[in-house]
Amino acid sequence: MSELIKDGRRLDGRKLDELREIEAKAGVIKRADGSGYFRLGNTIAVAAVYGPRELHPKHLVDPVKAYVKCRYNMAPFSTTERVKPGPSRRSTEISKVIKEAISSVLFLEEYPKTGIEVFIEVLQADASTRCVGLNAASIALADAGIPMRDLIVSCSAGKIDGKVVLDIAGEEDFEGEVDLPIAYVPRENKIYLLQMDGIISQEDFRKAIEMATKGCEIIYEKQKEAIKRKYEAFEEGVKK
Amino acid sequence: MITEIDMEYVKSMIKEGKRIDGREFEEFRNLKIESGFVKNAEGSALVTLGETQVLVGVKIELGEPFPDTPNEGVLMVNSELGPIASPDFESGPPNEQSVELARVVDRGIRESKCMNMEKLCIEPGEKVWMVCIDIHVLNDDGNLIDASSIGAIAAILNTKMPKLNEDGTINRENREEKLEISQIPVACTLHKIEGELILDPDLKEESAVEGRLTVTTIDGQLCAMQKGGICGFTPEEVYKAIDISLKKGSELRKKLE
Amino acid sequence: MTNENKEDNSQLMAEEKKIVVPGELLAKGIEFLPGYGTFKENGEIRSKILGLVKLKEHLISVVPLSGAYIPITGDGVIGIVSDVQISSWLIDINSPYIGFLPLSEGTEDFIDLTRNDITDYFDVGDVVYARINRVTKRKDVQLSMKDRMCRKLYGGDILRITPAKVPRLIGRSGSMIEMIKKRTGCHIIVGQNGLVWIKGEKETLAAKAVLMVEKESHIEGLTDRIEKMLNESATVKTEETNEEVIQ
Repeated sequence: MSELIKDGRRLDGRKLDELREIEAKAGVIKRADGSGYFRLGNTIAVAAVYGPRELHPKHLVDPVKAYVKCRYNMAPFSTTERVKPGPSRRSTEISKVIKEAISSVLFLEEYPKTGIEVFIEVLQADASTRCVGLNAASIALADAGIPMRDLIVSCSAGKIDGKVVLDIAGEEDFEGEVDLPIAYVPRENKIYLLQMDGIISQEDFRKAIEMATKGCEIIYEKQKEAIKRKYEAFEEGVKK
Repeated sequence: MITEIDMEYVKSMIKEGKRIDGREFEEFRNLKIESGFVKNAEGSALVTLGETQVLVGVKIELGEPFPDTPNEGVLMVNSELGPIASPDFESGPPNEQSVELARVVDRGIRESKCMNMEKLCIEPGEKVWMVCIDIHVLNDDGNLIDASSIGAIAAILNTKMPKLNEDGTINRENREEKLEISQIPVACTLHKIEGELILDPDLKEESAVEGRLTVTTIDGQLCAMQKGGICGFTPEEVYKAIDISLKKGSELRKKLE
Repeated sequence: MTNENKEDNSQLMAEEKKIVVPGELLAKGIEFLPGYGTFKENGEIRSKILGLVKLKEHLISVVPLSGAYIPITGDGVIGIVSDVQISSWLIDINSPYIGFLPLSEGTEDFIDLTRNDITDYFDVGDVVYARINRVTKRKDVQLSMKDRMCRKLYGGDILRITPAKVPRLIGRSGSMIEMIKKRTGCHIIVGQNGLVWIKGEKETLAAKAVLMVEKESHIEGLTDRIEKMLNESATVKTEETNEEVIQ
């Protein structure tokens, strides 16, 4: 049995409740109405938002509110073994749960009959890709000027070698027992995405949720910084 | 627009603590499980939950193992939400609802480790048994996830393995050996309407559902979860949903044993 | 005012002109009112969008830094005719919502539809400056060309800027846009929908100024910087001309 935890430290040296290194940026794709970049350790994703704009196909048009379309996609070179380009059942499911999480925080009634399209590309995959993708999307939506109740944040928790840990990475994804990605709005204390696979007791599940929500609080601040930095850094440059 | 009228009616009843068909919040509709319904399948079950009807068939095929698990058999779950079941379903490639349904049922079975995948290996890296579970929704009157999960478990519980002929072909005659299932995972989906958590909504009630949380349990522990819909759950609501699912899960498990 | 008013503990967290993100807390208590770009929940006013805080007495708003153009009745917009139907035109107004121009609002002339083709008036590809007559609750947009200022625009260049920056481009009482027009000798029409039409001698310079306003709109001292840039360009031109003369 592989050892994922040794002396309280994981393979990459992290403590059980530690997040990987975070990097966040806004406005990375100029052509899009809004865009975001998010990195958690070696997992990298970019997101582009277009809209609100005219929605196709017409049968999706909602007379009362905007409709969110979401496409989560993994670049073929993002994983060690090449991923076949195009949608898979996995990416279809992930697109759906991310779309639902996003739709929950947007003020959709302000743009009836339109579509808001979110494209997420995972550029490098080292586990927790849907979390990183959703974080990039949250930055992109704010960058696009779309009204939201709050930024939405995502990270994962899990169980490896019998211990509950925060932010599943690499080997921990394959050899670990439980994987639990969530999306959360810290201020509301509400969970908008939740998936879990693996056998876990109620008690450990609670611990995992507590860890994941705390992780989200840290990521929230990073998202906020990234969005503001796009304008503030520019401001510094101009004032000189 | 007709769904709007249903939605308002359901909501107003729920606010008063009632359901439109008089059930309790945590009460399931009438459940009937007919095992071995399809003779040509290695295993099957027809589940009738209220007016919802789902037919699940299991076929055992020969195939190659996945490269990262050369000593294990293969489990595949597919779902078909065809136009036969509802005026809202279209024919064609699986849409996101169908894909999600199949994957949720799949994870419930796979993550529970109720199937010994290594026992399905014939020649490591070369030849394994593939357990193909196909979910056919015949009538959609709400709560497809739970009905399909129950159907899938019931189907694999009565699945009998074919044998391998000397020439490498499959012998499906006189099947006796049961597919070994070590425990029974049960999925129970909690649906949120007007802040209340209810079980097993029918189609009308589903129109008022804001979000749902599927919790699959085995013997006091959790093995899979999936949240769907456009609403938030506080951690406390999640824990409450788990409590209800564990309780209801053991009741449902007895019907499957 | 007595101290009784402070019992509700109203608090202002936001600072004028600071950048805020969606969900950010701006103020608490009943003293403050939620303006554009904000929402009130549980007695707290928060920002809905990425933008700059604007305070006017008790009204807190957030001025957007980005976002699509949402049509408002009365706005003057620049549009491009995208389709011609029997007795109406469809006009792309750089918005998720398309502009509808009925024949009755397109011209004062009497038109015999059995003889005349309305493409005589506006055809696909034509650029127009139109007034938004009406926007319904469901965002159906009706345009009119009957206003004195409305007309077809010929030639020139069209720029697209973020609609949110239009007020900054126009400036207080039109001061910014007038300065750019004067220094570049160009006709400039700014549509509320973010489309800007430029025609004249120094179109490139005017375009440069417009784009600079868009990019630096939220940074203090913009008017001075634009003026400086326009002056420097004039000086460069003069030097070039001198060189040519000397040779």
